[in-house]
Amino acid sequence: MFGDYSIGDLGAIFAMQGFAGLILFSVYVLMALGLAIIFGQMGVINMAHGEFMILGAYVTWLTSSFFQSHLPSLFSGYFFVAMILAFIASGALGMLVEWGLIRHLYKRPLDTLLATWGLSLILQQAYRSVFGAREVGVELPQWMMGSKQVTDTIEVPINGIFVMVLTLGITMVVAYIMYKSRWGRQVRAVVQNRVMAGAVGINTEKVDRYTFGLGCGIAGIAGSAFTMIGSTGPTSGQLYIVDTFLVVVFGGAASLFGTIASAFTISQAQSTMEFFMSGSMAKVLTLLTIVAILMIRPQGLFALKVRK
Amino acid sequence: MINSRFFNRSELLGFLSLLLLLAVILPLFLDVFRLNLVAKYLTYAFVALGLVMCWGYGGILSLGQGVFFGLGGYCMAMFLKLEASSVANTKIQSTPGIPDFMDWNQITALPMFWKPFHSLTLTIIAILVVPTLLAFIIGAAMFKRRVGGVYFAIITQAIAAIATILIIGQQGYTGGINGMTDLRTLNGWDIRTDHAKVILYFFEVFVLFACIITAQFIRLTKLGRILVAMREQEDRVRFSGYSVANFKIFAFCAAAMFAAIGGAMFTLQIGFMSPSFVGIVPSIEMVIYTAVGGRMSIFGAVYGTLLVNYAKTMLSESFPELWLFGLGGLFIAVVLFFPNGLSGIWRDHVARHIDRLIAMRSSKSKKAWAIKSAADGAPAE
Repeated sequence: MFGDYSIGDLGAIFAMQGFAGLILFSVYVLMALGLAIIFGQMGVINMAHGEFMILGAYVTWLTSSFFQSHLPSLFSGYFFVAMILAFIASGALGMLVEWGLIRHLYKRPLDTLLATWGLSLILQQAYRSVFGAREVGVELPQWMMGSKQVTDTIEVPINGIFVMVLTLGITMVVAYIMYKSRWGRQVRAVVQNRVMAGAVGINTEKVDRYTFGLGCGIAGIAGSAFTMIGSTGPTSGQLYIVDTFLVVVFGGAASLFGTIASAFTISQAQSTMEFFMSGSMAKVLTLLTIVAILMIRPQGLFALKVRK
Repeated sequence: MINSRFFNRSELLGFLSLLLLLAVILPLFLDVFRLNLVAKYLTYAFVALGLVMCWGYGGILSLGQGVFFGLGGYCMAMFLKLEASSVANTKIQSTPGIPDFMDWNQITALPMFWKPFHSLTLTIIAILVVPTLLAFIIGAAMFKRRVGGVYFAIITQAIAAIATILIIGQQGYTGGINGMTDLRTLNGWDIRTDHAKVILYFFEVFVLFACIITAQFIRLTKLGRILVAMREQEDRVRFSGYSVANFKIFAFCAAAMFAAIGGAMFTLQIGFMSPSFVGIVPSIEMVIYTAVGGRMSIFGAVYGTLLVNYAKTMLSESFPELWLFGLGGLFIAVVLFFPNGLSGIWRDHVARHIDRLIAMRSSKSKKAWAIKSAADGAPAE
C-alpha cells in the first residue's frame, strides 16, 4: 500500500492526514471531556450527550445569524459570544435534565442509558421541528478562512488550527477546575465516597447538578467548535455518540488524561488509515481494534486505582 | 406437555390468552395487509423474548441485538437471493447467476461465504449457529474478564455500529445500504402472495410459541434460578462455586439465537433485509419493547412489542413528527415510573383484583410476589 508513493510524498501524506486527525482529535476531546466528567465521575451514561452538543451548534448558528443581520461590524468576533451562549444554553438544559430525570436514577446506571436515549430522541425531534430537517452551516468570519502553507506540499486550514487551540484552552480550564479548584475536589470526593462527602458537609445534590451541567456545557462548546468545521443537522450528534463513549471507555473512564490520550490515538489511527483505504473500512478497523483492546484490558488505557 | 407444574395458573392463563389472540382473534379480524404488519411486529417479539432472558433474568443489557437479528435475517436473505438470481432470471447481467448487486459492483464470481447458502438445510443451520457463535465469542471474551453492566452495553453498541458500517461499506457482498431486495421464492414457493403470507404468519406464531416454551423451560430450571441469583448478587453466586461467566455466556447466546430466528422470520415476512434493522437505533428500540412489556415477563415481551410497534405504525401514519416524541417519552416514562413495564402494572393493579375475585391464591405466594417485585425495582449491577 505504500509502494506507489515516494518517501517525500509519504511524509507529506502523514503530515496532512496527521493534521486532519488532529482536527478529529479536537472534536473527540471536546465531546469526550464532557462525557468523561459525566460518565467517568458520576457514572451516568448520557446518551443524549450528542444532542447537547448539537444544541451548542444551533446556538452558535443563531448567534452568527443575529450578528450578520444586526451587528455586521462585530461579525468577526461573534464566535466568542456564541461559545459562551452555547455553554450557558447546554449547561442550563443539562442542569434541568439532571433535576428532572437523572437524579432519580443514580442507583440504576443502565436505566440512565435508556432514559437519556429517550431524551435524545425527544431533543432530535424538537430540533427538527424548530430548525428544520436540513443541515445548517454557519458563515466563517474572514480571518478563519483559507489555509496556511507550511511547506510546498503541506498546508493546514486555519479553522482547524483555531479549533485545536480552542480545544487546548478548554482542556486546560477543565483540568484546572477538576484538579485544582475547591469545587473539583468536592466533585471527586462525592465520586469516591458519596456518604462520607455528605457527612463532611458537601452538598452532594448540588455538586451532582453542577457536575452534570458542566459536562453538558462543555458539550455545548464542542458543538460550537463543531460548526467551524462542519454543518449541523438534527441527528448530527448521534453520529458521534458511540465513538465518544468508546474514547472515554478506552481511555479509562475516570481519567481525564486517559481520555485525551485515547482520543489522540483513535483519531490519528482513523485518519491515517482513511488515506489508504475507504473511510468506512478505516472506521471499522479502528472500532474493531478498540473493542478488541477493551476485551483484553477492560479497564481502559489509564485506570485510576481506587479501593472499592 | 403443559401441565400445572410447567405453568402455574396465571401463566397458563397468559399463555392461552396470547395463543387465542395471535392464532385466532387477529387472523379472524385483520386483513392480510394488517396481519402481515402483525407478523412483522412479532419478529421483534423474538428479540424481546431473548432480551427478557439475558437482560431481565441475567441482568446483561445488550445494545447489539440488532446485529444478531440482522445476521439471522441476512442468512435467510442470502438463500432467497441466490434462489431469485438463477441463471435464467439474470440473463441480462454480465455474469449471470449471481445476485444483481454483485454484478453492479463488478464482482464476477460468487464469493466463498455465499456458496453454502445454495442449500436450505445449511441456511437454517447458519441462521441458528452463526449468530450464536458470534455471541459466544463476544460473551466469552467479555464475561470471562468480568466485563459487565455499562461497559458491556457500550461495547455491544459499538459492535452494532461496526456491523452497520461493514454491511454498508461492503456493497458488493452485502447489497450495501439498500440491503437484499427482490426476494421471491422459498424452494420454489412464492412468498409474496397473500396466501403465503397467511401461512407464514401461522408458521411464525408456531415458532414463537416454541420459543416461549423454551424460555419458560429455561426459566424454571436451576439454570434460570442461577441467572436471577447472579443478577441480584453476582459475587455470592461466584463464591458458591458457580462459573458466573458461563451462565452469562449462555444467556447471551440464547438471546442471540432468538434474535436470529426473529431476523430470519422478518426476511421471510417482509421480503427484504437491510442494514437499517441492524444498527444502533433499531437495537436500542428492541430494548424498549422489552422494557415496555416488562423486562421480567416472557408474555409481557410479546405484548410490549406488539403495543409499541402498533403505536409506532399508528402515530407515524397520522402524525409522523409526534412519533419520536412519543417514543422518547415512552423510554423516560417506563424507566422512571414503570420499571417493570406492562407486566408490572398488570401484576400490581389488575391481577390483584382478579385474584381477590377468585380468592384462590394463598397469602404466602402473595408475599413472595411482593418481595420479588421490590427486588425488581433496583436490579443489582
